[in-house]
Amino acid sequence: MTELAITVIGPDRPGIVAEVSAALAGVGANLSDSTMTRLRGHFTMTLICTGADAAEVSAALEPLEGVLATVRAVEPSPVASDGEPYLVSVHGADRLGIVAAVTREVAAAGGNITDLTTRLTGPLYVLVAEVDLPPGAAGNLSVRLEHAAGDLGVDVTLRRAEPDVL
Amino acid sequence: MTAGAVRPVVMAPAAVLSRPGAPVEPADPAVVQLAADLVATMRVSPGCVGLAAPQVGVGVQVFCVDVTEHPKTATCHGTLVLCNARIVEASRWRPGREGCMSVPDLTGDVKRAGRVVVEAELPGTGEAVRLVTDAFEARALQHEVDHCAGKLFLDRVAGAHALHQRKTYL
Repeated sequence: MTELAITVIGPDRPGIVAEVSAALAGVGANLSDSTMTRLRGHFTMTLICTGADAAEVSAALEPLEGVLATVRAVEPSPVASDGEPYLVSVHGADRLGIVAAVTREVAAAGGNITDLTTRLTGPLYVLVAEVDLPPGAAGNLSVRLEHAAGDLGVDVTLRRAEPDVL
Repeated sequence: MTAGAVRPVVMAPAAVLSRPGAPVEPADPAVVQLAADLVATMRVSPGCVGLAAPQVGVGVQVFCVDVTEHPKTATCHGTLVLCNARIVEASRWRPGREGCMSVPDLTGDVKRAGRVVVEAELPGTGEAVRLVTDAFEARALQHEVDHCAGKLFLDRVAGAHALHQRKTYL
């Protein structure tokens, strides 16, 4: 089944999620995975939906005031992950290129980023990423991240995020 | 000890996982059999350190736990099978990431007490027990007591960004 990749961004205000999700439900768009969060003053929604037509979804979102939406049809893209889950935390003084430098090292180690958040608060820049690493890659990545962090003047930690199945 | 049979594990959103389990009569032969079946099912499930009756489709307050092999275990009581368990003291709260056989594709960051006192009865004899434990055994006991109360780790997840995909199957 074709999926719709939808992004919605607008000034944060109470009711924005309710309005967008009502508009989607109104045209039969079923939310499967989504992430919605406030980035500075903007409320952002990234969603994968099924069951609706892209043009109908666009038309349903169009009247929402102050909201910028994109809708496109995509083929389902399942990804198998056999990697070991790790968490990367970076914090330090803000400067250009922190995300680029850190994620370059992760990619070079064969790591796959599955989730990433950055926050700038005053002079402090923080990056937290969930990374799937190939078995045995953590030691090498840890050394490379230390070097990159040294060059950037930030602190980095790489730690295992293995869940315990109960 | 009664020989246990392996039972199928039910997955969320099965209703039985969300209903509080009924208290049991520990000496009831059906409870003794259920206890044995839970242990047998836990033993054949890779990485499984605990299993509660609602997870095999029976809405009652019985579970088993065995964290003997786990690296995060400190205090360890071996194989525990408990009826009508309740947490009477809880302290040293710590975050940790947990998964559940009944929610196979997700994990979540959940705060649990690092030290608990649990009161319960043993299946068969009905003997009242009071266990003091910590670390990973404490976490496992809280997870199973939650199952018996109709709660999943999803009900305790620490925030909107504290829910994670465990694995995507092709």
